[in-house]
Amino acid sequence: MAIPQLLVHDHEDNVGVVVVEGLTAGTEMLCVVTHDNSDFKLTANSDIPIGHKVALKPLSEGDTVIKYGEDIGRMVGSAGVGDHVHTHNCKTKRW
Amino acid sequence: MALDFSNVTVNAWRRENGRVGVRNHVLILPVDDISNAACEAVANNVKGTLAIPHAYGRLQFGEDLDLHFRTIIGTGANPNVAAVVVIGIEPEWTKVIVDGIAKTGKPVEGFSIEQKGDFETIRQASWKAKEYVHWATELQKEPCPINELWVSTKCGESDTTTGLSSCPTVGNVYDKLLPHGLTGFFGETSEITGAEHICEKRAATPEAAAKFKQIWQAYTDDVIFAHQTDDLSDSQPTKGNILGGLTTIEEKALGNLEKIGRTSTYIDAIGPAEAPEKGPGLYFMDSSSAAAECVTLMAAGGAVIHTFPTGQGNVVGNPIVPVIKISGNPRTLRTMGEHIDLDVTGILTREMTIEEAGDALIEMIRRTANGRHTAAEALGHREFSMTKLYRSA
Repeated sequence: MAIPQLLVHDHEDNVGVVVVEGLTAGTEMLCVVTHDNSDFKLTANSDIPIGHKVALKPLSEGDTVIKYGEDIGRMVGSAGVGDHVHTHNCKTKRW
Repeated sequence: MALDFSNVTVNAWRRENGRVGVRNHVLILPVDDISNAACEAVANNVKGTLAIPHAYGRLQFGEDLDLHFRTIIGTGANPNVAAVVVIGIEPEWTKVIVDGIAKTGKPVEGFSIEQKGDFETIRQASWKAKEYVHWATELQKEPCPINELWVSTKCGESDTTTGLSSCPTVGNVYDKLLPHGLTGFFGETSEITGAEHICEKRAATPEAAAKFKQIWQAYTDDVIFAHQTDDLSDSQPTKGNILGGLTTIEEKALGNLEKIGRTSTYIDAIGPAEAPEKGPGLYFMDSSSAAAECVTLMAAGGAVIHTFPTGQGNVVGNPIVPVIKISGNPRTLRTMGEHIDLDVTGILTREMTIEEAGDALIEMIRRTANGRHTAAEALGHREFSMTKLYRSA
């Protein structure tokens, strides 16, 4: 198998994690769901650092962000498919 | 084919109380901060000994003093320690430490400085330390089942790669070895926050779940809400975590909990630096999420090897317990590879499975128990950090 640029824990997740250094905008990423090793393609909309998240579905303010099949917080901004998801548009629901 | 872990042995030291140790230290152990200088002087006089200076031990009281005593006694009692010279400013508290360590059956003797001064204390303690070094260096290793080891875990400088690779690697080891009689520790009370409901469900019994919930709630009420100045978004996740791509405490906690694998359940939840009392199995220990404090508490609880997943690159070590670093972040391997014992970047490139990574970590545990120095040992990382609960009197 070719080396993936994005890993996704679970099929329910709406974000994945960049696992290569130097990912640039416009890259068509090989994305692998670690749960069953299934894969799909997705284009990154910006340069995204290793370890950072990418939206797999269109996300609007207030939407729940799902990773590990679990609720990890809410969107406080929007993100289109392939956009960077991090502290600028996602926050814990706890406080 | 799945490997058989029921018969793997390591060459290690069988101590007087039956526990297995993988290092053979002669410790020069201060009861209190003002005895550090005498301990360091003895360690300088007698080669092959190790002084572990620390910051506290005077005018503590109540639960905080209990934790101080438990941490110092547990450190001396750890099976990685062959014999102990204890030095304190006054005889009464020195005797508390000596008597606590003596329950293991190992050689231990205490010296106090009042009415004697540093010079005379150092002279007397140096003779005893030298006697212990001669004795300890003739102790022979013997084959011991790997499953008799007590192995702790705590991750540090986490990022999203720890939840994908290095934490599930540790989890895989627990899933494989706990059924064969391993004793394991995990903890980090503050960093379970965000996944406390999942952690609660991983208890083996309702009693263990209730104890965990009580510990977590007490921490949340007495520490977080009592002292918070903002919404905590500035400290959990840490700036390093955020740089590594972690956005929320829930995301961090879910990655953290990967360290207890898929099938492992904990049989008890215990206090900081407490020794397990329910036999082999996995224990949740109430502990700080600061690396040196957590490793120190787990070592005092009796762990002889620590597995430490890191993403962005934590460099922590411990004076008496080898800390095995595991990382799956290729940038960290490239920029600070001297700190990493096990490279699991292959999990991210899909060239290595979690199963294979778990086997590789068991092999690294075996080699470390047999004597291989970890990166932290080779680089001289000996962080010994006491957890302090409140101000001294």
